[in-house]
Amino acid sequence: MDKLIEVLQQLVNGVSLGSIYALIALGYTMVYGVLRFINFAHGDIYMLGAYSGFLLAPLFAQTFKFGEFDTFTPENTLFILCGAGLVMVLSMAICAGIGVLIERIAYRPLRERPRLNVLITAIGVSLFLQNMTQYRLGADPKAFPQLIPVHVVEGLGNLTILTSQLAIIIATVILLIILRFVVMRTKLGLAMRALSLNPTACSIMGVNNDIVISFTFALGSALAAAAGILVSMDSPSINPLMGNLPGIKAFVAAVLGGIGNIPGAALGGLIIGILETFVVAIGFPQWRDGIAFAVLIVILLFKPTGILGRVEREKV
Amino acid sequence: MPVRLLSGSIFFLQLTVALATSSIKVGEVDPLSGGVSQFGIGCHQGYVLAFEQINAAGGILGQKIELVTEDDQSKPGQSATAVRKLITQDKVVAILGDATSSATLESAPIAQSDKIPMITPTATNPRITDVGDFIFRVCFLDEFQGRVLARFAREKLKAQKIFTLTDVKQDYSVDLLKFFKDEFTSLGGSIIGEQSYSTGDTDFRAQLTPIRVARPDAVYVPGYYQEVALIIKQGRQIGLRMPFIGCDGWANQALIAIGGKAIDGCFFTNHFSPDDQTPVVKSFVTNYQQKYGAMPDTFSALGYDAARVLAEGIRRAGSSNSQAVRDAVSQTAGFQGVTGQISFDAKRNASKPGLIVTVKDGRFEVAEKIPP
Repeated sequence: MDKLIEVLQQLVNGVSLGSIYALIALGYTMVYGVLRFINFAHGDIYMLGAYSGFLLAPLFAQTFKFGEFDTFTPENTLFILCGAGLVMVLSMAICAGIGVLIERIAYRPLRERPRLNVLITAIGVSLFLQNMTQYRLGADPKAFPQLIPVHVVEGLGNLTILTSQLAIIIATVILLIILRFVVMRTKLGLAMRALSLNPTACSIMGVNNDIVISFTFALGSALAAAAGILVSMDSPSINPLMGNLPGIKAFVAAVLGGIGNIPGAALGGLIIGILETFVVAIGFPQWRDGIAFAVLIVILLFKPTGILGRVEREKV
Repeated sequence: MPVRLLSGSIFFLQLTVALATSSIKVGEVDPLSGGVSQFGIGCHQGYVLAFEQINAAGGILGQKIELVTEDDQSKPGQSATAVRKLITQDKVVAILGDATSSATLESAPIAQSDKIPMITPTATNPRITDVGDFIFRVCFLDEFQGRVLARFAREKLKAQKIFTLTDVKQDYSVDLLKFFKDEFTSLGGSIIGEQSYSTGDTDFRAQLTPIRVARPDAVYVPGYYQEVALIIKQGRQIGLRMPFIGCDGWANQALIAIGGKAIDGCFFTNHFSPDDQTPVVKSFVTNYQQKYGAMPDTFSALGYDAARVLAEGIRRAGSSNSQAVRDAVSQTAGFQGVTGQISFDAKRNASKPGLIVTVKDGRFEVAEKIPP
């Protein structure tokens, strides 16, 4: 029984970690879908999301009494969620803006150039964001303010699920449903899908490709920012290089699910998160970071299109 | 134009002559920018304060001490370059630094081969003073703090079963575990489980879950504050109530800023506490606060002591000859520093007391003083 609980426990830990990777992976996959290039600065948008929250939270600390509640009660739950939600939505908006700006300044001028140019530019943007944050806000780790009280959810027996883990999982599910709606049911979503099939035909049909691409960047960056805030609620220490590793692992997740495929990115993120947790749990913590890349190698060797990806024939 | 050039060079000539007669040059190499800049800046502020006080009191041998500072940018290779520059261009009498073990191991051989005494304030790796007889350190070694804490856990905390959690990316952490384990088991305790993590991790629940099942009396985490704060916080959240114990890598206010109330009741070994009530520490803390507007940390305290041990050595040598200064510094015994009494042993390591620090209501407090 104890063993079963422990496995279940680690599964919960894995799903909450995987949700974060899933949210970041979506940005990689959507940008790849419309532009066929990997935006390596995406992990740093996740970092900027956490820093936006860090800078925004003090502005609302008084109104929403951040850090003053020790537990959730039926009376204060809605109030707390409003405060945390507000900080999260504002951070998402800020990062959506930054994402659009990066695309406009750094990537758009290179759109007709060889794809390698823009790929290298993306690495440059990533370094710029990391070093600019270190320069402006300091390289030392900062304590993230407490947006929601973190404690064990009552009534689950020996299974400990923290409110912060629950918040990650629920917020991810909500964001995925919203994303699904946007992509499948709105005109912009339709344009995104059309653009990923054939950009030239898309613009001939009267779609403004620039707007659709900007929108894609905004959407992806907002999701990464949400991931940054959610992670910081759970592990409240942030630093300018925090986006590096999660960014690359989320990229692996996107490839694993089939790059360009939205449900695939979410699935890939969950798989990487769960794998990582179990690798540590069975006693190989050194392999925590290695496992994601081992998966990348295996997937590239045996199923380069990923789990849900479909084979695309290059047109001659 | 030629006239101005000439007068300019005469002015420089006079200046260098004036400097050569009125000051003793001491070099400093520290990481003042980059990843571990917090460590370097702490040491630097300690040196500056110490030399300002000495100069204000008339200097040494009738001369003022001049600190020549070089930044190693926290990058491999830079510390050696900086030391070479200090010795060949600035012609310093002695060198203070470097703040980290890896950088010191890089630059110490240069100081040794040029016979310039070098005192590191904070590098704890055992190999450092093996470089040669011109290399000194004013902090204790990892073996000392590992063993001291094991004894404290066994005798004072009455711990029987201990679980350990090590940072596999840091030699520092891996070595400390070895010393701790050795001492703790020889005192009759047992290590009931070992887990590890890597620098930069932020999610430790996979490692903490088995600890909850094992129910140890304490958890030993030799690591740096950034990860340790999250480990303890996440441990408390899943219901671990036992004390976490650790090492001088914990000694930073960020431990409490990030960990909050979770850190209360934990213990770690340290070199220095600003809450120490001895007169020498009290006056250091007051002066430091006046100058920098902040509390001194372990690095600034050790930097302050290193600078004063060196100045005292120069005074006793009676000259600024590097060989004479080395000989005098090696004779240092019972020097009253802010981090305790410092005496150099035959291997030029400081044998000195350590502190066990605990956290109470979000403040560091001295739990026990450990003699050398």
